[in-house]
Amino acid sequence: MKIHHLATAWLTLVTSAFALDGQIGIHDPSTLIKCDGKFYTYGTGGGGLVSDDGWTWRQGTALARTGLAPDVIHIGDRYYVYVARNVGAQPKAEIEMISNKTLDPASPDYKWELGGIVATTDGIEDCNGIDPGVLLDPKGRLWLTYGSYFGYIRIVELDPKTGKRLDPNSKPVDLAINCEASIMIFHDGWYYLLATHGSCCQGANSNYNIRVGRSKNPTGPFVDHDGLDMIEAGGKLFLGSESRLVGAGHFGRLTLDESTEVFSYHYEADLDRGGASVLAIRPLLWKDGWPVAGENAKAGTYALESVRTGTALELGVEGVPLSGGRGGAGRGRGPAAGGRGPGGPSGPAAAPADALVAGAPPVGAVPGGGAPGGAARGGGRGPGGLFGGTGAPIPPQDVAVVSKNWPAGNIATRMANYLDQAQQKWALSVAPNAGGYPGAPYFKITVAGTDRALAATAEDELTTVAEFTGASEQLWRVQQLTDGSYRIMPKSVPGSNEQLALSAVGNSFATLAKFNPENDRQHWNLKGL
Amino acid sequence: MIKFSLLPAAALAALVGLSLALPAHAADAPAGKTPPGINASPSLKIAKSGSTKVSPEGFLSRWLVLEPIPGDGRVTESAVRAAAQKEYFPDQNSVIPHDGDKVKVGDAEYSWHAVDINRHNVNLYHFAYFLGKPTSDVVFWGVTIVDSPEEIPNVRLAVGSNSGSVWWVNGEERVALYGDIQTFIDDAASKKFTLKKGPNIVRFIVVNNRGMVDCCARFLDANDQPITRLTLSLTDPAKK
Repeated sequence: MKIHHLATAWLTLVTSAFALDGQIGIHDPSTLIKCDGKFYTYGTGGGGLVSDDGWTWRQGTALARTGLAPDVIHIGDRYYVYVARNVGAQPKAEIEMISNKTLDPASPDYKWELGGIVATTDGIEDCNGIDPGVLLDPKGRLWLTYGSYFGYIRIVELDPKTGKRLDPNSKPVDLAINCEASIMIFHDGWYYLLATHGSCCQGANSNYNIRVGRSKNPTGPFVDHDGLDMIEAGGKLFLGSESRLVGAGHFGRLTLDESTEVFSYHYEADLDRGGASVLAIRPLLWKDGWPVAGENAKAGTYALESVRTGTALELGVEGVPLSGGRGGAGRGRGPAAGGRGPGGPSGPAAAPADALVAGAPPVGAVPGGGAPGGAARGGGRGPGGLFGGTGAPIPPQDVAVVSKNWPAGNIATRMANYLDQAQQKWALSVAPNAGGYPGAPYFKITVAGTDRALAATAEDELTTVAEFTGASEQLWRVQQLTDGSYRIMPKSVPGSNEQLALSAVGNSFATLAKFNPENDRQHWNLKGL
Repeated sequence: MIKFSLLPAAALAALVGLSLALPAHAADAPAGKTPPGINASPSLKIAKSGSTKVSPEGFLSRWLVLEPIPGDGRVTESAVRAAAQKEYFPDQNSVIPHDGDKVKVGDAEYSWHAVDINRHNVNLYHFAYFLGKPTSDVVFWGVTIVDSPEEIPNVRLAVGSNSGSVWWVNGEERVALYGDIQTFIDDAASKKFTLKKGPNIVRFIVVNNRGMVDCCARFLDANDQPITRLTLSLTDPAKK
């Protein structure tokens, strides 16, 4: 962060389709942290944001020390906050530690204690001692990186028992150059140094971008994917600007559970919010030993494909094949519907194929029961023979037509191979005023083109209800896992306090079950349609 | 890859440039010869009396299977459901037959056979073939009695079939499969229900068009693991 561009306005912002909900104006946010069920982050200038769910944010209470780009870590029963300030002109600076038992100002334990200065720069040396980032590594060692342009990113070791400098006389180690907002994270035997390159604090003209290198040692060298040391300005791009969100910087990692991680950061300018600097949260993925910026689930139409089985969730109704399939068996049979799955008493009363024939045939659809056999004998219907198709684009199936044969009331779900049929397309849309989870809102999931909504039942199973009512069992948390697939969980299950996730049983059935990170049953791909 | 056995005969002929179509029932047992019998099958044996344990993987391995009844050869969801709802013979949804019992469907007579399987699947193709019966455009009925040592809640009946099938436990439909599909272990699973202590009647109908025909079934516990402490018998518990 550059001191001459510190004039960040604290804005009260309205919901955007692209980012978090509520008041999310912040610059240089600290690593997102959870305390007593609430999420907190603190920015430059001392302001903070707080959220009950990680999706809707409001202004929080300022820290006891205000300054530049704080970072915060929870160790034992205390929260340690590191906050920097320039002492005179840059790059003369110091980083102070303060600590508290809680981050909740309403708690009787809320009391800041001053921990003293943990790092300084004298204004001459090749480092600007701001932008602290802290890591407690798996060995129990606590590390502080800092620096902002003016030379190097540096690292010192802290005492995890006190949060203070372990050896005030030890010499900091240089790790990287020409960047700021550094922080280390640890994953699978590697230390990763994430730092922000580019320019900040210029609104929509900021070209901030987050880069990463890795090392087996916390003191480096941190080398990027191309073998370039970050101290020689290396760094693999982790995240830059996207769409109308400009200038990603100040990475911070929050592990939610053993299969989900998120990272917090800011955009220098959200063009849909007047170019304000805003908080953002996205899933953190891992691929080939490198961190990857994931994607929060977005509204849209998807096939929900099981990673375990490759089959897709569908409404438990007989599918109507699209035209373009091959002819029948030469004996009066049409192509098989291809649908399969559990029936059972709670399933729908199946509509006979003849009903599909007798009703208004969908545009571009062939009824499942009766394509004339003679068509096949000629080698297919299309101009190109058996494999030539119809010779013209096949329009999407019209759900308004095929759904006329669907029963009223609840209809069970099942899974089948995806065939672009109407009962296999699911629309995710933001559930209004339903809250969310770190990075994303609760969604309603409906059969695309209808209001028929996916719901959890008291028996820990899935069903669909004819109309979305907003009940919590119809609200879905669609969260990207560290492998890039998604976990789909109802906000609640009637009569249960358990957190359950959409889960494949066999190839053709989906249920709700406790999430088990050891297998793929609860992993789903969202395939945009 | 194209499965030639499942391609329509005319389509296959067109594909290879041949002008003649393959016979519709090419795989059925040769007519006019004495069928070799079930014990000649590599996958089935005539079941002995008494009870047996489910397989180590939990598969239901002892069945009474009725000789194949002609069907209409359609395996769409609606066609399979129609087959399951059609009355082929009296008490078809409740009868617990004995080995050798006969039923009449129309003017034809069909026999029940007690069989043990030595793999995960009930190979109905072998069953029909080695009895000299047609394998295509037919339906198969099967029944077994699963004895549970205790009441087991939250079980699922997990099945696979080629082609469509409908499955009942104690008279209640639990799971079904539709379409021109192959048998995969645990392809479809029922919603959770309670397996009662003592005998539980499991019944299936498998509907075939042509080619291979088989099915498999086992019970899964609340953790989706196979239940292996069950035994099977073919004796009507009400008549014990």
